[in-house]
Amino acid sequence: MPRIPDERPLNPQPDIIAALSAVLPAGTVLSSAAELAPYECDGLTAFRQRPMVVALPECIEQVQQVLRLCHDARVPVVVRGAGTGLSGGALPLADGVLVSLAKFNRILAVDPDSLSARVQPGVRNLAISEAAAPYGLYYAPDPSSQIACTIGGNVAENSGGVHCLKYGLTVHNILKLKLLTIEGELFEVGREALDAPGLDLLALLTGSEGMLAVIVEITVKLLPKPERAQVLLAAFADVETAGAAVAGIIAAGITPAGLEMMDNPAIRAAEDFVQAGYPVEAEAVLICELDGFNAEVSFEVMRVRELLLSAGATEVRTAADEAERLLFWKGRKAAFPAVGRLSPDYYCMDGTIPRRELPRVLRRIAELAADYSLRVANVFHAGDGNLHPLILYDANHPGELERAEELGGAILELCVAVGGTVTGEHGVGVEKLNQMCVQFNTTELEQMHRVKAAFDPHGLLNPGKAVPTLHRCAEFGAMHVHHGELKFPELPRF
Amino acid sequence: MTDPSFSTGSDPDPNPDVSTDVSIGGNVQDSEAALVAQVHEAQAAGRALRIQGTGSKAFYGNSCPAEAVLDCTGHRGVVAYEPSELAITARAGTSLLEIEHLLAEQSQQFPFEPPHFGDGTGSDDIGGGTLGGLVATGLSGPSRPYTGSVRDAVLGVRLLNGRGEVLHFGGQVMKNVAGYDLSRLMAGALGVLGVLLEVSLKVIPTPPATLTLVHECSLEAALQQLRRWARRPLPITASAWYQGRLMIRLSGSDEALAESHRLLGGTPLDVAESAWRVLRDQRHAFFLGDAPLWRLSVSPATPADALPGAEDQLIEWGGALRWLTGDQDVAQLRALAQAAGGHATLFRPGRGPMPADGVFNPLEPVVKRLHQQLKSAFDPQGILNPRRLYPDL
Repeated sequence: MPRIPDERPLNPQPDIIAALSAVLPAGTVLSSAAELAPYECDGLTAFRQRPMVVALPECIEQVQQVLRLCHDARVPVVVRGAGTGLSGGALPLADGVLVSLAKFNRILAVDPDSLSARVQPGVRNLAISEAAAPYGLYYAPDPSSQIACTIGGNVAENSGGVHCLKYGLTVHNILKLKLLTIEGELFEVGREALDAPGLDLLALLTGSEGMLAVIVEITVKLLPKPERAQVLLAAFADVETAGAAVAGIIAAGITPAGLEMMDNPAIRAAEDFVQAGYPVEAEAVLICELDGFNAEVSFEVMRVRELLLSAGATEVRTAADEAERLLFWKGRKAAFPAVGRLSPDYYCMDGTIPRRELPRVLRRIAELAADYSLRVANVFHAGDGNLHPLILYDANHPGELERAEELGGAILELCVAVGGTVTGEHGVGVEKLNQMCVQFNTTELEQMHRVKAAFDPHGLLNPGKAVPTLHRCAEFGAMHVHHGELKFPELPRF
Repeated sequence: MTDPSFSTGSDPDPNPDVSTDVSIGGNVQDSEAALVAQVHEAQAAGRALRIQGTGSKAFYGNSCPAEAVLDCTGHRGVVAYEPSELAITARAGTSLLEIEHLLAEQSQQFPFEPPHFGDGTGSDDIGGGTLGGLVATGLSGPSRPYTGSVRDAVLGVRLLNGRGEVLHFGGQVMKNVAGYDLSRLMAGALGVLGVLLEVSLKVIPTPPATLTLVHECSLEAALQQLRRWARRPLPITASAWYQGRLMIRLSGSDEALAESHRLLGGTPLDVAESAWRVLRDQRHAFFLGDAPLWRLSVSPATPADALPGAEDQLIEWGGALRWLTGDQDVAQLRALAQAAGGHATLFRPGRGPMPADGVFNPLEPVVKRLHQQLKSAFDPQGILNPRRLYPDL
């Protein structure tokens, strides 16, 4: 996999540094090697690139000035929040300006009457719920990085979390955005109301990975905090039975707040790390959280317990108190770092599959892992079909990183083949550009490029991310013949 | 147990050119090819097309002057429905009623409670048009604030753009962030970006029981009460106020409903199911007649007196949707709705005049330019449903 995904010829214009310094306050334009180093990657650390310059604007007018300068000089712009993204969406460009919105960190208003909060993009996800807590309200999407990740990044990636099944993704939990075009013009999409006139640009801009516009303010929807949350932990002797139990809960008309699965390698790693009392002999555990109105939760806990036992669980535990509920979650929440202890490096994948395909996909992942001589632990948002295989490797062993990436690519292609997608919640970024060539054909990718051009005709916003060029897909296709046919027969190969 | 699945099962190709399933809808290959051919012909002739299903929502939006009709009703049939996946995929011409019956057999339903708009016969079992029309208009019913909108439920679409290309975006899974979300963009687009061929939508379990409670109160008291309730995790799934009566629907287990009733008080309503359906389908007396009908979508925190004709309004969506009939000063009404964080739509013009700039709130200049550029990105010749969304689009 190429380390530098951007296929544009470099066009360094160092004059932009002086121009930025002239319009931004002292100390907010960074260009020395030492100053740039912290910005060279996001949460996908395998890809690194120092930007030409970093700008840290403090208000909307300053962002407008930065964008106008970049637009007029045709300098590409990458916008960044906390840099916790896992797909390289905030990877800088060597000849580009990296705009950090870290200083946009104010909660502007919390309105309990309209169940909403107006916040700047650099506000941390968890800080919104903390500000809403005195009113008995919270912001529902909770990506695992919620103590650090920012709401602007959440909107750009359409982030999920463990409670998506019941509460939806970011797109379901925001009302309105204020944005800037690449030309620096301010515009709004959405309303304080539940809909807006015209095309649903709010839906289009959410998850657009910084390719279409720059988000400068967000109005999020708040929900009343559940009266009660209760968790069950169930052990299974095989993954198929656990998968069937998930389908059984859904078919019974219950929508859990969270429904998570871990396979045996993930269970053992988590138990070794945090001693949550997980059954280490089990081939799979399910963690099912039910929340909401007290009387409803009581009813559902009984139903789910019966369903798990009749589906063939070898053991079902119901958390006796809040301490035990948190303990059940502790193992799941520690799964990634726990797996990190098994291996110097790991690579986290993010495919989504129809739930019914779970047993087949897990079997095939195990076969693929054996083919590549690598270990894989599986952590899975079972309720919504979002799979996080963790591929263990050691970057110090020559060739292992490349093997891990190839295995990751093969797993994502498997997800597409069974009717799923290459990314459920982490985004495409630079990481999954090749797999986008598998999921979409030429005309679909061309349509996406035309949508990009409708917002950003010169291709200056985060170029090289999210949607691969046809040329890239042709080169990738030359290596991967898909279903016995070349995907891009009309393009030259060289 | 019988197998309720209509899934094509093991089909390994994520982007099949032609669905292999013809279980319900006749010859699918032909019906899709016919639509593609008509768009190609229109493109070659530079002739505009008016996309049409059964016409149940033809009253909604601005009128499209195109004489040539692209009839989607022949492209019908359920492509995949597996209840445990909580998703259904069907062709755009499939009747809403048919899909709802299929879902009901599995105790499932659409989360957005789609209205069934009229065949004008006043019958209680109106077909409600097609799946394509439902998504293209993006109109949701009473449950919208509580379980989400049509847009929220869209998982994927198969689309025919104005260049005659068949494109597939999104999928049948709940979480999918690969590429731009061009499938949700189609909800409420009134066909100006493309012809919907197939849509995948999220479905939810039908709650085991419902209870509707009635409180007598003024509009301002009702709005305050709704706001107080909205701040608690109550199982409310619909709300409406009209002429001094506040009606709320609760959904869940019998235990949860009994507990909610104890907390909220009010008088249970016997004929609740039909009352909500009459409201949903706008067969309530308020909606009848030929007076212009305005739809004001505003912040739920908007006080009653911030909008005209307060006590004559019909309120839904916890106060976020306010219906108003009669002749209005259009500019003033739009300004008031905008000040209330929302927008005003002339939902049914009735006997009143059509505003020159269309029935929807006009767009700000930057947003308008983005609309025009997006339209060109999908339909460069402007042949699909011209003027339906905005007179200059």
